[in-house]
This record gives sequence, structure tokens and C-alpha cells, in this order.
Amino acid sequence: MHVTSPAFKENAARALANPGLQKALGTAKGAFLARRAAAVAALPEFERLREIGRDIKNHTLANLDFYLEAYEAKVKAAGGQVHWCSTADDARATVLAICRRAGARTVTKGKSMISEELGINQHLEAHGIRPVETDLGEYILQLRQEAPSHIIAPAFHLNREDWEADFRRLHTDLPADRVFAERRDIMTEARGKLRGSFLAADVGITGANFLIAETGSSVIVTNEGNGDLTQTLPRVHIALASIEKVVPTLEDATSLLRLLARSATGQDFSVYTTFSTGARREADLDGPEEYHVVLIDNGRSNMIGTDFQEMLRCIRCAACMNHCPVYGVVGGHAYGWVYPGPMGSVLTPSLVGIEKTALLPNASTFCGRCESVCPMKIPLPKMMRHWREREFERHLTPAGIRGNLGAWAFLARRPGLYRLATRAAIGALGLLGRGKGAFRSLPLAGGWTGGRDLPVPEPGGTFMARHAKTRRQRHA
Amino acid sequence: MSKDAILGAIRRGLKRGPLPADQAAMLQGRLATHPRHLIPARSRLPRPQQVALFVRNVEKEFGTVERVPDLAAVPAAVADYLAAQNLPSRFVMAPHAELAGIPWKDRPLLEFEARRAEGSDQVSLQHGYAGIAETGTLMFPSEAGRPVTLNLLPETEIVVLRASRIRGAYEEAWDLLRAESQDTRSGGFMPRNVMLVTGPSRSADIEQTLELGAHGPRRLHVVLVDDDPAALPMADADVAPPVSVPGGPAAPGD
Ligand code: SF4
Repeated sequence: MHVTSPAFKENAARALANPGLQKALGTAKGAFLARRAAAVAALPEFERLREIGRDIKNHTLANLDFYLEAYEAKVKAAGGQVHWCSTADDARATVLAICRRAGARTVTKGKSMISEELGINQHLEAHGIRPVETDLGEYILQLRQEAPSHIIAPAFHLNREDWEADFRRLHTDLPADRVFAERRDIMTEARGKLRGSFLAADVGITGANFLIAETGSSVIVTNEGNGDLTQTLPRVHIALASIEKVVPTLEDATSLLRLLARSATGQDFSVYTTFSTGARREADLDGPEEYHVVLIDNGRSNMIGTDFQEMLRCIRCAACMNHCPVYGVVGGHAYGWVYPGPMGSVLTPSLVGIEKTALLPNASTFCGRCESVCPMKIPLPKMMRHWREREFERHLTPAGIRGNLGAWAFLARRPGLYRLATRAAIGALGLLGRGKGAFRSLPLAGGWTGGRDLPVPEPGGTFMARHAKTRRQRHA
Repeated sequence: MSKDAILGAIRRGLKRGPLPADQAAMLQGRLATHPRHLIPARSRLPRPQQVALFVRNVEKEFGTVERVPDLAAVPAAVADYLAAQNLPSRFVMAPHAELAGIPWKDRPLLEFEARRAEGSDQVSLQHGYAGIAETGTLMFPSEAGRPVTLNLLPETEIVVLRASRIRGAYEEAWDLLRAESQDTRSGGFMPRNVMLVTGPSRSADIEQTLELGAHGPRRLHVVLVDDDPAALPMADADVAPPVSVPGGPAAPGD
């Protein structure tokens, strides 16, 4: 996928000025927060399960080479194949080769973020194979030729009117008098359209939420059932999975599954949690004859042993973006690549380079809500700070900000001078702002006041001055 | 080769070579013993309450449940359900010995074929392997007698489940499978496919608002056969509150 993260500021400004998007964001967000809160409240062990989840993933990452090889051996024993791919290019070529060997013309797809990361659809299309997205949200985005704006709710940015308009425009066989009074009518139309594709497809491509070393299974979690139709009906099933998806045992996966649905959609458990292990057995009446796992690195192994290793614990639940005040107003597209929100602000620089993505770790208020809801206890704000430090070290920060930070650093190393300067500044601001509650604009600080107000300092001087005064009073 | 490159990069990051034999053996041991972690308290209940919790959770997830005294009562229950839903009395049935043994001729108007499902099937009758009370989840391991397509293609799925097959937590259902299943191909216990199904298909992709019946069944109906005397509903007795079961250490040193 093309990276537009360098234009984050412009993207965000456009998002804020888009009333349709603002309406969609407003509708969607509250629903997620309330549902997650209720599901978590109903499971008293949730906090302990978070610690267990974190420990399972840490244990796995510390032995990732071992578990990947153990996993591969089990897949082979069950009649499947594992294709190791270092880069996105390798993975695209592998998928295309499997599809060609299968003589595929139509390929159905379950929702998969790694597929977006690799650009599988574009690659297949360029080679004459038709990919059909079957997740309801992904389906409308494919019609609109848009990327997902959320990792579990791809059409987060659309309103019902958008769905209806697109169906009328692009489903050309639709009678003009067909009514779309309810959401259900939209769903029925998509279900009908996609049934034919499910039954006609030669290859089905899904992602994987987990890989299990104990059994050689790939796990998908869905509510619609589209992923299961995708991996059950065609003759060939390809599961795309990045290397950090592996966990040791069914018990480990089960513990993580207790966290996943609750954190994601606020369900106790998703409707379909399905474990696929190898190809169709001799007596089976259905299921694919070929089972391929495309195991993808694409930059992840380089995160091991760095400040960003903990990001590999991520189970893609989206709680961090659902709770992020920045995501909540700019939506997912502004982030400019596959993974939006706090997890994207940490992961995207790791995978595509900080040069193009330096603005993302800055798209944060550091309120800490992402970390507090992350089921895997990933210290997202800390890692965004790591990126900011690297960005600064590598002189990727704009000159104006560097200059101001430099001046601040000069003062901060000289406490006497610092106190003097802040006292002067606060005095000046107090004088300027007397009688007002807040500044709507300030000379030299347009970047700040453009998006928010700056409160006028309360009388009483700087923090240091007030602190000293309180101490004096207490000791008096 | 990509495999060597990936494993090499992982090991460089971990600042070590391949795991020494003793450590690899320890991890093999963890795979073989697959230790349990913390199991939530909610399903640690006496049998009658555990089965009642299963029923409540299926209903909470928009499924329906009817309890019948024995397998002989299944045909009437299925016929009545189909009539009540205004559905035809024709269905595709899992070719499972237990379902074949049901006295279907008691309801001669019911028509069925025992096979996998096709796109044109409206109703399926599936064999339930196990139920998980914790979340009202049905477990369907694939086998010749339990095709996967029955869980997916028809708009209505009816599941015949024996109450004696209801467990509290997922871990207990996995152990049931480990004890009973033998996969000829891999030599392990995992069949090609295991579906854990919790309620009928749904989507919230349109404005984050739930709609039932996305691509899979719109209706999920469980006919629960009370074959377990210890699990029959009883008058509310004094029941001790459930407690969670802590897991053991997952690996030495974990
Ligand atoms: S970072 Fe945490 S909260 Fe965000 S998607 Fe990953 S696991 Fe979920």
C-alpha cells in the first residue's frame, strides 16, 4: 500500500473538515467503548488475564525461532505447506504462484490486515486474477476502491447513506424501486451477491489471528462466517500470517481469545473461532484439498531485541484506536498506511521506516488510554516517545521545532535562568490574558492555538514559585 | 533462503544461536503438557447450573434452545420448530451415526438427506460434539459425520447436543477432544477443522450496529437432549459461589 503518512497534517485537516466522516466517527465510537466496558466488567479475572496474555507472548517471542519450527513440522504432518517469506515481494510472488498452479480465476478473501500490508489484491488483479473481498465492510471498500480505516471495522468511516449510494451506483442489476430502508436490506443485498462468489472461487485467502505450534493450526475469528466460507469451499486455502502470530498451545491461544473479543467488539466470544489444521482428510466430505500457510516477516524480525519488540505482542484488537482521542477525530485514513491509531503509530515506522512516518508518533496527546486498555499491556506511549527521540536524533524534526527545543534545552540545563525565564513568561502571559479565561490565539504559537485554546495562567506565579511557597507555609 | 534468513534475524535479535538442546527439550515439554492458565470462575458450577449457564449464554448470543428428555423426542422438536419458523420440513442432516439412530419415521413429513451442505439448502441438522458453558459456545470438530458446510451454508442451523457433553471452560472441551479424537493423517488429535460457534452469524460493519444473518446462518437452534441425570434442572439449592482456578506455571521459570 502506498504510504501517505508524510501528509498526516493535511490528511487530518481534511478529515476534520469532512462532515460525513465526523458523523460516522461519532456514531461508531461510543458503541465500541460501551460494549468493551460492559464485557470487561462482567469478567472479574480480566486484569489477571491481561498479565497472563502478556507473559504468554513474551515467552513465545523469547523462543520465536523454536516455536516457528515446531509449528511448521506440525503443519507438514497434517498435509499442509508452510512458505517462509522475508519480504512483501516474496509473499506476493508465493501467493500468485499458488493461485496460478490452481488455475484460479476468482479468489475469495476473508478480512486480513496483512493482505492489505502486502497489497495482495492489486498484485492478483495485475496478473488477471479477480480477488473478491467477502467481509461486509471490506466488500463495500473494494467497490469504492478504498482502504480500510480501522483494523476490525474496515468501513468505520461510512454512513448508511454511503452504502446505499454505492450499491445503487455499482450493482447495476439492481431494480430502481429496490428499497434500502434498513441496515438489514443492505446486508441481504451483499449476502446475495457474495454467495455466487463463494461457490465459484478456486482459491480462498484468509489471514490468521493465531498459529498454534502444538497442533499446526491457523485460527481465524469472525462474526459473519465469511472467513469460514472462504477457507472451506474452494479447493485451495491460503492462510496469510506474520511470524509473531504463533503461540505454543491451544491453552495459550484460549487464554488470548478470552481477551481478544472482549477488547475488540465487547463480545464475550466472537461468533466463529475456527482452527484449521492441514488439508482435507480422506473421509471428509468438505474442506480444501490444499492448505498453504504463507509465513511473513516483512520487517518484524528486525524489531526483536529493540525498543519495539513488545509491539509484537499485539493481537490486533483495535481497543487502542477505539479509545484514542486523536483517532476519534481524524479517523483511520489520515494515518496514511495500513495500521492506524496508536498501534499504527508505533508499528508503521518499524515496518516502513521513520523517514516517511515521523509525524505519526507525534499524533498523540500522551493521555495513556491506549496502554490502559491494551489487553497485551503494550506500553504504546513509551514506544511513541522512543520514535520521537530517534526522529530528533536523526534530524527529521522540522527546523522551527528543533530551534525551540534547543532553546528550551539550553534553559533547562540552567535552573536559575530557567526560573527567571518562566517567571518572566508567565508574568507576561498573565498580563496579556487578564480578564480572559484562555487565549484563542497567541503570537508565535499558532501551531498550538490553531487546534486548541491556551488557558491564561492563574495568579500565583510559576509552579516552582508556588511549590516553594507551599513548603514554606507547611514548615511554618 | 527465506526460512534461514528469518530464523537468523530472530536469533540475532535475541542475541543467541539455535536453542541449546536442554532448553529446546524444556519447550518440547511445555508443548506436550500444554499447561492450563487461569480459568475464570464463571463456569465452575455444579452440573445443573453449568448446563443452565450454557443455555443462558446461547440465548444471550441470540441463539435458541429447547430441552428434550431423550433422542426419541428430537423429531417432534425439529418438526415443531420448523413449523413455528415457517420453514419447509426438509433439511440436510450430518451423516453421523448418532443422528441416524434417531426414530425419524415417527415424523414421516420430515424429509432429509444425510450429506454435506450445498448452496441451495435452507436448513441443516448438525451433530453437536460439545458445548462450552462459559460463553454458550458449540464445538464442531470436522469428520465424515460432521461436515463443516452444515455450519455455514443454510440460513437455519439446528444442532442436536447431548447435555452430558456440556463442559464449563474451553480447556475442558479441548481435553475431551484430546482424549477421544485420533487423526489418521497427522497422528495427533486435531481434525482438519474445529469450529467454535457462539450464536448465529452477524455483522456490525454498517454503522457499528449489530445485524444478524451476515454470511452464515441467521438462526441457530439447539435441541438439548437431557441424557445426564446429574445435569437436570433442580430447585434452587444453596450453591457455593464459583471460584476461578489458577493455572500452573506455563514453563519452568515462566
Ligand atoms: S496495541 Fe494493544 S490495544 Fe492496540 S490493537 Fe494491539 S493489542 Fe489491541
